[in-house]
Amino acid sequence: MELLEFARGPALTFALTVFIAGVAFRVAVILFMWRTKDSSVGRAREKPAFLAALQEIGRRMWPLSPYRQRTLFNLINGYVFHIGLAIIVFLLLPHILFLQDLTGLYWGHLPNNVIYAISIVTLISLIAALVMRLGNPAQRIISTFDDYASWFVTFLPVLTGIVATTHLGARYETLLALHILSVALLLIYLPFGKLMHFFLVFVTRSQTGAHLNHRGAQ
Amino acid sequence: MADNKTCDRKPAPTLGEALAERGISRRSFLKFASYTASIMALPPAAATAMAEGLAAARRQSVIWLSFQECTGCTESFTRAKAPSIEDLIFDFISLDYHHTLQNASGHAAELAREQAMEENKGEYLVIVDGSVPLKDDGVYSTIAGMTNLQMLRDTVRDAKAVISVGSCAAFGGIPGANPNPTGAVAIDQIITDKPVINLPGCPPIPEVMTGTVAYLLSFAGIPELDALGRPRAFFGEAIHDRCYRRPFYEKGLFAKGFDDEGARQGWCLYEVGCKGPVTYNACATLKWNGGVSFPIQSGHGCLGCSEPGFWDLGGFYKPLSTGKDGVLKYAAGAAVAGAAIGAASAYSVRAKRKKIMGNATQAVATPSGKEDD
Repeated sequence: MELLEFARGPALTFALTVFIAGVAFRVAVILFMWRTKDSSVGRAREKPAFLAALQEIGRRMWPLSPYRQRTLFNLINGYVFHIGLAIIVFLLLPHILFLQDLTGLYWGHLPNNVIYAISIVTLISLIAALVMRLGNPAQRIISTFDDYASWFVTFLPVLTGIVATTHLGARYETLLALHILSVALLLIYLPFGKLMHFFLVFVTRSQTGAHLNHRGAQ
Repeated sequence: MADNKTCDRKPAPTLGEALAERGISRRSFLKFASYTASIMALPPAAATAMAEGLAAARRQSVIWLSFQECTGCTESFTRAKAPSIEDLIFDFISLDYHHTLQNASGHAAELAREQAMEENKGEYLVIVDGSVPLKDDGVYSTIAGMTNLQMLRDTVRDAKAVISVGSCAAFGGIPGANPNPTGAVAIDQIITDKPVINLPGCPPIPEVMTGTVAYLLSFAGIPELDALGRPRAFFGEAIHDRCYRRPFYEKGLFAKGFDDEGARQGWCLYEVGCKGPVTYNACATLKWNGGVSFPIQSGHGCLGCSEPGFWDLGGFYKPLSTGKDGVLKYAAGAAVAGAAIGAASAYSVRAKRKKIMGNATQAVATPSGKEDD
């Protein structure tokens, strides 16, 4: 029980503090960083920036046909684990209660059994993503520590969550503590690597869309 | 003279004889032994061995020490609704010292304790309820001028084994809860040279007590214990795993209050703070008051009272998956500090870039080869 106490108390406090400080740091850097003023004249068919931004967000949801065939598995697999993660995090009651405790917000949940099934699919999908990365020489060469670390800290809470709910290998309180500690690790790492796309994915796409639109890209 | 008295003394009756005198048939006795063996998850053959062991057992001297406690544990054991073999076993035990139940008081009471220790040296059992304060030399709880620590050490010295009854004795309990003003500790933190069996609970289940005592009377050793010194037979499974409301947990059907539709339908109490998933006890199987009910069946979540530090688990009505109170206490500071460091970093980069751009502009304006120097 001491480990669970540590996980629910000091570990979570530390992780949330680092997480909030890290996110604030990243956002401040983006807001105050040097931006070269684009003095070029917009192209003839330039649309309003917000419209171009929205279009870009939508367009990047699905690749253009020349790339689609080659990236189809990664694409679908990416959707599977992203949607799976979203369902697990936001629609399992214990997670909602955790978030409610932090934010005061509460919403509906799915039956736990449904979430268990989705967790298994998500876990397999994450493993597939790693196998694909390691199996592709080009991807392997361009992969950095951040890629593997991001995968690891995402995979770990899913794994520990499944193990905790199925009581595999140890007592529930120990497994629950390990699950919370793995979430703490995710929270600590999230702001400082590519996982920051959790917050920035639509911001960066919008910026790219607006920029390309100004340059006249179709 | 004393020797003659000893020689003339009639041998104490065995438990079998004592029960027969009270009209308890051998069949009933075997049923009790089978029941006790089964709730302790002993093999079938152990039931017969237990019956024989119990039948042949002689009156066991027990010294019951009450320290920092509320007497709830004693209340639990003495509140049996009807005479049962369990009660008779308690009758059969020679409870030589117990503040609440003994007739003697003052010096006579202490004399009874000392006498029992002397007459049953190395054979008597010590049952303790309540924690022991260590702070300020243990002055916060004394009996007959002795601190609890002194009395515990003195009494346990020649004991066969110690049973810590209730969460205060087993884990420090409420006296040991934050901020623990008396420096209360569990018995097994003090007694390390004798077997200590922990029977936590606030209070513990009577059958857990009788089962453990029956085991000690029947067999030479002590029952198999878990890492927290609790008999595995009673504390081997989480309440959540044996809870009749468990299917509702899997289905995602939760009571959101104590008087809503979910509560009336008997749905899972996880959301209202039930600690059943991390609490190991036999409440869901043995139940209370002769198997009538247990807290969850009565509509209240498990408090986790048989676990260490249950009082400080972060709130009885706070769901288990939430962080403890105060996990966001540094949030505002962290946000301000993070944003400030981020802004400072950005401006630092801007300043460097401005300097580089300025140098580059200057180099373009004065192409004299100075840069090569």
